Amino acid sequence: MSFLQVLIEALESLNGNKLRSGLTILGIVIGVAAVIAMLAIGQGAQDSITNTINSTGVNVLYVFAGARGNRENPTVRNVRPLTMDDAQALIDPIAAPSVKAVAPVISDNVTAAAAGQTTGTTANGVTANYAAIRNQSVTEGEFISDDQQNGHRQVAVIGPDLADTLFGRHTELVGESIRLDGQPFTIVGVLAAKGGSSFGSADNQVIVPLSTMRDRLIHRNGNNVDTIYVQAASAETTTSASDEVSAIIRARHRTAAGADDFTVFSSADLLQTASSVTGILTIFLGGVAGISLLVGGIGIMNIMLVSVAERTREIGLRKALGARKRDILTQFLAESLLLSLLGGFIGIALGWTISIIIEQFAAASGTAFSAVVSLGAILLATSFSAAIGLFFGIYPANRAASLQPVEALRYE
Amino acid sequence: MNKSNEVITAQDLTKVYQMGDVEVQALRGLSLKIYRGEVVAVMGPSGSGKSTLMNILGCLDRPSAGEYSLDGEPVAGMDDDQLASIRNRKIGFIFQSFNLLARTSALSNVELPLRYSGPTKAPAHPDGQPGGPSRKARARAALEAVGLGDRMLHRPTELSGGQQQRVAIARALVNEPAMIMADEPTGNLDSKVGQEIMDLLLTLNRERGTTLVIVTHDPRIAAQTQRTIQIRDGVVDEEEQESVR
Repeated sequence: MSFLQVLIEALESLNGNKLRSGLTILGIVIGVAAVIAMLAIGQGAQDSITNTINSTGVNVLYVFAGARGNRENPTVRNVRPLTMDDAQALIDPIAAPSVKAVAPVISDNVTAAAAGQTTGTTANGVTANYAAIRNQSVTEGEFISDDQQNGHRQVAVIGPDLADTLFGRHTELVGESIRLDGQPFTIVGVLAAKGGSSFGSADNQVIVPLSTMRDRLIHRNGNNVDTIYVQAASAETTTSASDEVSAIIRARHRTAAGADDFTVFSSADLLQTASSVTGILTIFLGGVAGISLLVGGIGIMNIMLVSVAERTREIGLRKALGARKRDILTQFLAESLLLSLLGGFIGIALGWTISIIIEQFAAASGTAFSAVVSLGAILLATSFSAAIGLFFGIYPANRAASLQPVEALRYE
Repeated sequence: MNKSNEVITAQDLTKVYQMGDVEVQALRGLSLKIYRGEVVAVMGPSGSGKSTLMNILGCLDRPSAGEYSLDGEPVAGMDDDQLASIRNRKIGFIFQSFNLLARTSALSNVELPLRYSGPTKAPAHPDGQPGGPSRKARARAALEAVGLGDRMLHRPTELSGGQQQRVAIARALVNEPAMIMADEPTGNLDSKVGQEIMDLLLTLNRERGTTLVIVTHDPRIAAQTQRTIQIRDGVVDEEEQESVR
């Protein structure tokens, strides 16, 4: 029989028992939809986390005082703080060719007051190149300039969330006045919103010149800084930049290798950690969904076995009329394959719909999240459901094909 | 009728079934010949080996020993697929319970044997006819021959018993087989309709020369054939030659 005829006969047969075929297909539909939706959500979560990390600055290293403690290597004692001099030393084209820019930062919690409102927030004292390194831009006004840094000016760039809290708006704020721990500052810019990140909201902060921060807000002795942000020349040189930074600070702090009193952490490290976590999550979700697909496959096998038993006489008749073993095998395999593929296609559509709905829910609750239905997931689901149709169809089909015509015809 | 016109030549057929520890001899060296164009009735009490003989003659089963040629082809040593091909090309089956596929039309039912005939004679485009009639055309012709030209798209459930058996006869005819084997063809029909079916079979025999082998319990059916073969205890008991009507 031709391929088309086999297909038509299989369709006719499935059509002959609509409810049963429908329920069997439903099992596969649920399985495939679950796989598609789960993979899409996992992929979406991964993309979302990657974007958040990338938005904090590309090729950025975070250098802060104190070792990364673990059991084998307990926290080093007598930690030396990082200083402005450490930061300056990192700009060295010979010892650190991979370092493009350096931004020392002092951070502290302050009380911000304006327009009769008071709230707690984080103040970051930064230099002018902080904006480029941390990927920060302003929606109005300008970022802190070198002049303002050198002149110890009392100016501030305000985050949009903080602005909303204090002023009830985050536009037309340049020139407004804000008090930080009682000190008056003039707003010169408003930061572009970045959304929530794993490090707390970057939108609820106020940025001031590093020099002013030290003079007016923390009254700290010396020239210590909390964090030094280092931008590598490119993504490929992030690792070498990390090594160079470590070597320079190690020499300055006179620490032995392996006993560093500082930590260099890269966004690539963070990305890798986050990716592996979401990867595991995706595999786990996909695996759970895969089990339901397997159950759907067993459903197909069950129905095909019932169908073979029910149609024993039909099989006997077909054999009497000249059907070979191969013809019967093809017929029943085509039916189970058709069941699983139909279920697969409907499942892909349903899974896609579910992903879109979840995306809408995430958007409604304020999380930028896009569920990504990849071509790979569709191909995987299609081929997997076809494989299930074949695998679980082989046994019943073979059973049908092996029936002896005499016995099959006599079967009641 | 001469010997070259033999459709069935069976020589010393035996069939042994293993029932647990006991061997049951269903056929004990049975020999018979049926000639082209004959109408033969096969009769015998239950347990006589009649069913076993019909299964072997119908190439649904193989003899344990003995020679059997159908339309000049020795079939005793054939494998399952070769037997399937022989059944498809040489034999048309008619069953007591019709055995039609309930879900499909009369036309599809009649077309079924043609689907297993391998490469179709019809060309790739279904409307053009060069190279021989299409499957559908042959199935239609067979249905018209049994007087069901106006019921082709009806399903078996929408047809009367007699009409269903006519569809089955059309299905048996469609491949132009060397012989038609009918197993109690009138057993599920009342006597009036049964007689109509017998008349149709005899007409087909007369007009097309189709060899008919009819298994029956009914002496009135047997009386309408040219020859009756009585089976008893696995051998041919007696042959009654009837005068051709």
